[in-house]
Amino acid sequence: MFKFLVQRLATIIPTLFFVSILIFGLQQLLPGDPATALAGEDHDPNVIAYLRAKFHLDEPVYMRYFYWARGVLHGDLGESVRIQKPVTDLILEKLPVTVQLASMAIVIAIVFGVSAGILSAVKKDTAWDYAANVFALWGLSTPNFWLGILLIMLFAVKLGWLPASGYVSPFEDLKGNLAAMIMPAFVLGNSFAAVLMRHTRSAMLQVLSADYVRTARAKGLEERVVVLKHALRNALVPVITLGALGFGELLGGTVLTETVFSIPGFGKLIVDAVFNRDYSVVQGVVLFTATVYITLNLLADLAYFLVNPRMRG
Amino acid sequence: MNSATRWLAVASLVASAAGASAQTLRVGLAEDPDVLDPTLARTFVGRIVFNSLCDKLFDLDEKLNIVPQLATSYAWSGDHKALTLKLRQGVTFHDGEKFDAAAVKFNLERHKNMQGSNRRGELAPVTSVDVVDAQTVRLNLAAPFAPLLAVLTDRAGMMVSPKAAQAAGAHFGAKPVCSGPFRFVERVAQDRIVLERYPNYWNKGAIHFDRVVYQPIVDASVRLANLRSGQLDFIERMAASDVPGLKGDNRFKISRIVEIGYQGITINIGKSDQAQKNPLGRDPRVREAFELSLDRAAIVQVAMDGEAEVGNQWVAPNNPWYAKNVPIPKRDVAKAKALLAAAGVPNPSFTLMTPTTSDAQKIAQVVQAMAKETGFEVKVQATEFSTSLDLADKGQYDAYVLAWSGRADPDGNLFSFHACKQPLNYAGYCKPEVDELINRSRAATDPAARLKLFEQIEAHVAQDRPIVYLFHRHWLWAYNSKLSGLRTVPDGLVRVQDLKFN
Repeated sequence: MFKFLVQRLATIIPTLFFVSILIFGLQQLLPGDPATALAGEDHDPNVIAYLRAKFHLDEPVYMRYFYWARGVLHGDLGESVRIQKPVTDLILEKLPVTVQLASMAIVIAIVFGVSAGILSAVKKDTAWDYAANVFALWGLSTPNFWLGILLIMLFAVKLGWLPASGYVSPFEDLKGNLAAMIMPAFVLGNSFAAVLMRHTRSAMLQVLSADYVRTARAKGLEERVVVLKHALRNALVPVITLGALGFGELLGGTVLTETVFSIPGFGKLIVDAVFNRDYSVVQGVVLFTATVYITLNLLADLAYFLVNPRMRG
Repeated sequence: MNSATRWLAVASLVASAAGASAQTLRVGLAEDPDVLDPTLARTFVGRIVFNSLCDKLFDLDEKLNIVPQLATSYAWSGDHKALTLKLRQGVTFHDGEKFDAAAVKFNLERHKNMQGSNRRGELAPVTSVDVVDAQTVRLNLAAPFAPLLAVLTDRAGMMVSPKAAQAAGAHFGAKPVCSGPFRFVERVAQDRIVLERYPNYWNKGAIHFDRVVYQPIVDASVRLANLRSGQLDFIERMAASDVPGLKGDNRFKISRIVEIGYQGITINIGKSDQAQKNPLGRDPRVREAFELSLDRAAIVQVAMDGEAEVGNQWVAPNNPWYAKNVPIPKRDVAKAKALLAAAGVPNPSFTLMTPTTSDAQKIAQVVQAMAKETGFEVKVQATEFSTSLDLADKGQYDAYVLAWSGRADPDGNLFSFHACKQPLNYAGYCKPEVDELINRSRAATDPAARLKLFEQIEAHVAQDRPIVYLFHRHWLWAYNSKLSGLRTVPDGLVRVQDLKFN
């Protein structure tokens, strides 16, 4: 266990280094001159010259990387030029919002997806199975944007039950926060629920036909115990990996949902930053997201240990 | 929680909700504003927020007349090289500091000298500022400059607290301190900007809200949904396609104003070598044929759902500075074909670059179809906005669908676009006689003489076609019909003064 952990941790440093170069390099490939983009409507040449000097845009790429990496190692991710705020502050401000959204989404996805998956595997080829499959197909093929607008039309405009968009901090008003987040979380979790359902179903079907399950049944165990204790535990291994990766994906994939529901989270932060060529924000946010992703991967590996005794060997 | 406290909690919730709706104005913006420092700011949407936060030396009225705000009167010197302003008495900034001539001097110098200032160009003709007495200030100019007063109705005329500005340095925009009707409370990027009433505002009788909350909601249909569900009281830039759906609903009103900007197609006629590589940039006859292929009214109908006024100049036909000697040309396919035949290119081909906004793309598609009937082969190239600006700046394009938000004085729509080597002259247009006329128009202090010069400039531009102007959009505002006192100023910026719930 310890050796495994050390091995895994050792790969993180070169990975992050590679990621930082990739982020920086890809950003250089973005078309358009950041100084021009930031100079605004008027394109005053003095302003452009000032911005070029401020962001070392006239210096070679490796020097710019050096300046940035030096800052990052000192815990300084730079400042947003657009709104004059440190990137670290922006991340700390937006992260809880997106984490809450993604967490609510994943809970929704697991509750609906895993239970529908189990149900359709256990009740294979019955009406339950077909219904769960239709549900999955619907989830996979409904565009987030469209579903979001439909829900807003129904629950906010027509029924007036929920706010159309926006965000309230849970520390200010928990009820208001949940009311504002439930629609976006559902929209975000919807397609992932479908993915989880499909995976749980196939994993369960495979496990349910395995020898040890037959043995368990032959022992005369209750079907509930067979399914939940023996089969599900093994079937969940791939589902957990998927869940961890999916959480990372949800964190980064909240862009459309956040745009539709005007939620000031990570997704909107990065998209606006890319369009405005607010480089330090883009770099800071991507680096941070990559770190989170890598950490989640590590946690998923550790989770295997806990659910699957064979890997502890 | 026992039942008594529960009821108390519910009652206080209800009370706070009712109180909030009576005293807070909630405005939906189409974008998230940039930095809230009038010296550095560069977006249209930011100017909407500034109108509640920072008073200016002058303001505009519905007819684009320049009216007093922090300056109560002005006088030009005989040679028009000095502008003396009398300042309003009893005005304080949000930090309690006094507004006086020294503050005006500080602000104008800050606009001119601060690193990264976007106001430097607008105030370039101002060489120095003299404090005559506490309520009088004199701006000295290198040469007469007609647009100056109009420039002072916008960000260059906004006054911030010198004390706060000095203390905050380059970070002033994170917590701006001005002298407008509302002061800054907080900003959560991409979520909201909250302002509260400034109790010592000089014109407090005109202010009827305790708070103004600006919320950027990028998607037009979501912005509208927020208005309809009662979460917003006012939205700017509603989508033209949503107008019919809201018309029948008497809970809401729609206001439309013809913008001071324009939508047009900029043509690369001399920005780079590429200008000579396609017939459109090379031959003025081909450009004329291109313009004659276009039916502006139909473009407005199809691309804008009719929510725009057709036009052919940098100001709209209803603008007092419109040059009446050059009317809007009618579509004439036969004449266009003849021109192409005379130019020896019956089927000219070029690429039309367009930003990825849906309006711009629709325009490009309609133009493509119309020009095809004349024989043009137009390739539409949708390009992300920043990238398209960069390509235009480098002259790596043939033609470009580009809009301009407009400035109160026509010079703001003209000079930087048509004078040689100016930053927004993407066409690469450079004609010494036009430069001469533009410079004379900037120095002309008599409006009639100035209009004559505009007519001469327009005669050149209409023939050379560095920009084929298409139309002037309507600013579409939708708001709760309880809201009254709304002033429709053509700059598209909402004024909070006199605005109230009935």
